[in-house]
Amino acid sequence: MRAALSTLKFLEAGSLSHAFKIMKTHPGIMPTAGCTDIYVSLNFGTLKVREFLNLWGLSELRKIQMKGDYLSIGSLATYTQIIHSDSVKKWIPMLIQASSSIGGMQIQNRGTLGGNIGNGSPAGDTLPVLAAAEAVVVLGSTEGIRRISFNMFYTGYRKNAMNPEELILSVEIPRIKSQQWYRKVGTRAAQAISKIVMAAVLSKDPEEQQDPRRIRIAFGSLAPTVIRAFRTETALAENGNITEAQKTLLSEIQPIDDIRSTALYRQTVAANLLAEWWGKVSPRSLIKS
Amino acid sequence: MQFTVNGKKVNVRAYPMKRLLDVLREDLGLTGTKEGCGEGECGACTVLINGEAVCSCLVPLAQVKGARVKTIEGVKHPIQEAFVREGGTQCGICTPGFIMSALTLPANVSLKEMQERLAGNLCRCTGYMGIYRAVKKGLKAKRGAKLVSLRVKKKSQKRKRVRSI
Ligand SMILES: Cc1cc2nc3c(=O)[nH]c(=O)nc-3n(C[C@H](O)[C@H](O)[C@H](O)COP(=O)(O)OP(=O)(O)OC[C@H]3O[C@@H](n4cnc5c(N)ncnc54)[C@H](O)[C@@H]3O)c2cc1C
Ligand code: FES
Ligand code: FES
Repeated sequence: MRAALSTLKFLEAGSLSHAFKIMKTHPGIMPTAGCTDIYVSLNFGTLKVREFLNLWGLSELRKIQMKGDYLSIGSLATYTQIIHSDSVKKWIPMLIQASSSIGGMQIQNRGTLGGNIGNGSPAGDTLPVLAAAEAVVVLGSTEGIRRISFNMFYTGYRKNAMNPEELILSVEIPRIKSQQWYRKVGTRAAQAISKIVMAAVLSKDPEEQQDPRRIRIAFGSLAPTVIRAFRTETALAENGNITEAQKTLLSEIQPIDDIRSTALYRQTVAANLLAEWWGKVSPRSLIKS
Repeated sequence: MQFTVNGKKVNVRAYPMKRLLDVLREDLGLTGTKEGCGEGECGACTVLINGEAVCSCLVPLAQVKGARVKTIEGVKHPIQEAFVREGGTQCGICTPGFIMSALTLPANVSLKEMQERLAGNLCRCTGYMGIYRAVKKGLKAKRGAKLVSLRVKKKSQKRKRVRSI
């Protein structure tokens, strides 16, 4: 442990409104949930923050519940909670797949959905799911509550549209009348940072066949933030030609070389994942149902 | 900070972001919990908080307020002997963590499930098969079942060696 933990301040939030007040009156303070990202950075000595706010006790942020026609998942809901939730299983099974692929069970017992969003790593495994699902992030502060579309949330590498004093309260998942697909490519089956993640939905609902948004595709680890492959979606929606769509995808993404993979590898895998998915959900089955 | 460790109430005075791992080892003298990586990867520091396996190197003290913590010192279970018998332990650094994680698995756990659920525990010595055998046998063994002690064997080996000198 490189950071001298004894010098760090850890403030307790007694209630949500108390947490909002602390966020407002302590500029630069960092909210903490399960600490599975924060303690790793503290250990590396890369985190320069000296004041933290403990959210862990705020059980109201841990609820997973249906609210009218969307599913609300509290920011403090852990992966283990998500994996065992019947509502999540019914509503957005690809989030269960993503959550099961994160870390080992020790990390799943502690890591939270809000933490994955707040951390904002381009390799965050739940993020492509939220992008394809067109989720809404609910933010709160002393100023009140506001909602922002998940696809507008990130503004750059680990940068987001939150005001400094805001907290993530929950994520709202609209109904997806479609087949959901999730695939993580990593170095081993469990507990590995992903090399590439793809989440996609495709609606088979006859009423939605003219809706260009019936196909939604998102990738992690291909860009500084999670991305939606909008042009590829349109290409597939227009003519269903997978070879064309792969070309469009390759022109749409510009992955980088880094210590985990090369750009070429990432492009190849992304194009293959697209074809694998399309092969499974193919337009033929689309017309049939 | 008040919480329960192995069924006993404790009141620790330490800074709130001290890692639970260090509180256990330094403030409470429970050195059975090991540090491998200090970043959540290896699982050597695994303890149970309210029955769930967690990496104690990633948990700030303030987050166990009022919780039930269980460490290897609080475990008395046939799985421990099974680790010895099945070659589930060599250098021993990973063993307490493996045992804590294994105790959260169902008794009839399959190999595949075991591999998945123990993926957060790494071992650099055994090659895992001894560990999986030990977990399987240990979880099946009835609590309190008498397992033949290995010490007997060791003694007789020693005696033999002495005689041959
Ligand atoms: C061994 C290991 C393996 C891992 N494997 C994976 C993996 O496979 N895939 C993956 O995606 N991640 C992985 N992670 C990373 C991590 O577990 C996840 O990102 C997790 O979701 C973080 O959640 P947390 O509650 O622990 O966040 P914390 O560490 O508590 O916080 C992370 C960030 O989010 C902010 N934050 C947290 N909650 C809120 C909130 N309510 N409002 C505003 N900001 C907030 C914090 O300020 C901080 O910046 C791994 C980590 C470890 C240690
Ligand atoms: S020491 Fe905690 S996981 Fe390695
Ligand atoms: S016995 Fe040495 S690391 Fe597992």
